[in-house]
Amino acid sequence: MSDRRKRVIPGDVITSGSYRPDQNTVLDGRLIVSTAVGVSEIVDDAVRVIPLTGKYMPRIDDMVVGKVTSHTSLAWELDINSCYVGFLPATDVFGRDFSARSDELASRLKRGDLVAARIANSDRSRDPLLTITDRDLGKIDSGELVEMSASKVPRLIGKRGTMIQMIETQTDSLITVGQNGWVVVSCEDPNGLLKAKEAIAMVDRLAHTSNLTDRVREMLGGRS
Amino acid sequence: MGGRATDMVLLDENGIRCDGRRIDEPRSISIKAGVLKNADGSAYIEFGDNKILAGVYGPRDIHPKHMSDADTGILRCRYHMEPFSVTERKNPAPSRREIEISKVIKEALAPAVMLERFPRTVVDVYIEILQADGGSRCAALDAASVALADAGIPMRDMVSACAAGKVADTIVLDINNEEDQAGQADMPIGYMPNLNRITLLQLDGVMSLDEYKQCIETGIRGCKLVYEIQKKALMEKYFDGEAER
Repeated sequence: MSDRRKRVIPGDVITSGSYRPDQNTVLDGRLIVSTAVGVSEIVDDAVRVIPLTGKYMPRIDDMVVGKVTSHTSLAWELDINSCYVGFLPATDVFGRDFSARSDELASRLKRGDLVAARIANSDRSRDPLLTITDRDLGKIDSGELVEMSASKVPRLIGKRGTMIQMIETQTDSLITVGQNGWVVVSCEDPNGLLKAKEAIAMVDRLAHTSNLTDRVREMLGGRS
Repeated sequence: MGGRATDMVLLDENGIRCDGRRIDEPRSISIKAGVLKNADGSAYIEFGDNKILAGVYGPRDIHPKHMSDADTGILRCRYHMEPFSVTERKNPAPSRREIEISKVIKEALAPAVMLERFPRTVVDVYIEILQADGGSRCAALDAASVALADAGIPMRDMVSACAAGKVADTIVLDINNEEDQAGQADMPIGYMPNLNRITLLQLDGVMSLDEYKQCIETGIRGCKLVYEIQKKALMEKYFDGEAER
């Protein structure tokens, strides 16, 4: 690990240089201080801490996996593994000509269904608004839900998707990754499913270590 | 002045206290982070004979809804003693003392946590005293702070706590149960070590201004010792104990 990366806990001083405090840091006088347990890094002029723990905070344009918990006559409520519930309006699923009188929401999405959605809007005053009108979004018909820490999802995807592509090809599975730490693995071969789940668990456990892609490949028994 | 009449020698001529410690020596402290699977963050502390579990949930939806604040998240804290934590069975219902300690712990943690990023939510801190032996509010605060960090709640700094006090006209670090009962003064201190700020300061007893200053200094020294142990506990959980590599 280079000297620019440090292992920090809340309150640790990362640097006193003139940098911009980014994610999970605060400026205290001239010092930039970490607010989370994680690994600090200095990229260009910004200092940030990649957290190793914590709940998912919705960000606009994030792709998430949600679970339907209930619905009103106009919208579904989805558990998105966050401190807020996701709100999926009915017009998004039925289209413009949705009518609360004739369309029954339960006919499309039932309680417990998994949905791949994108966060359309999220601000401090309201619960996050979801949308499924995009390619690859919508109800997830098959697969198994695996939970991991939301802060480690970037590691599962890897640089330009290398990690996730490697796991998919090695296990012959299809993996839907939500930024909220919920991952759906679907695979015809039960052994492949087990392997893929193990790989995800491994990334979750060893996210802070280096050279992870090679080690996961090795675990899956693949060639480099 | 102060203290209950006792035959116990609280401080002998060699400067050794009733449990064999020197005047500036804390009890043995060990902390383990992340001991509970179902809580978002947790910690277990053994502080001398104190055994305390802390669990943190959140940020999460707030119930009852009327407590929610549209501008910021809120902190709730419960300090609770198990019926078996003391020699006589303690009624499990919250006592006056527990309600007070819940309040002071909440207020000691509040300057550290940054909940303004989570409007309409709550962070719940549950502290269970499994075994009590004097200074449990400090130990509880230490565990709660590690549990909050384990839950990933953004914090400006850790909160470390340790008591100091006056026994046999001498300022000593980390008062135990006997010294609390028979000693002259007890001062629990909560402290943010990197920001150098005090978040909890209570004093039960009488002391002169000089003694007061010395007592705060002694207590802060204790807090810094505790901080190292808190740091180690978090490093152990998240980095397999290696601080730097």
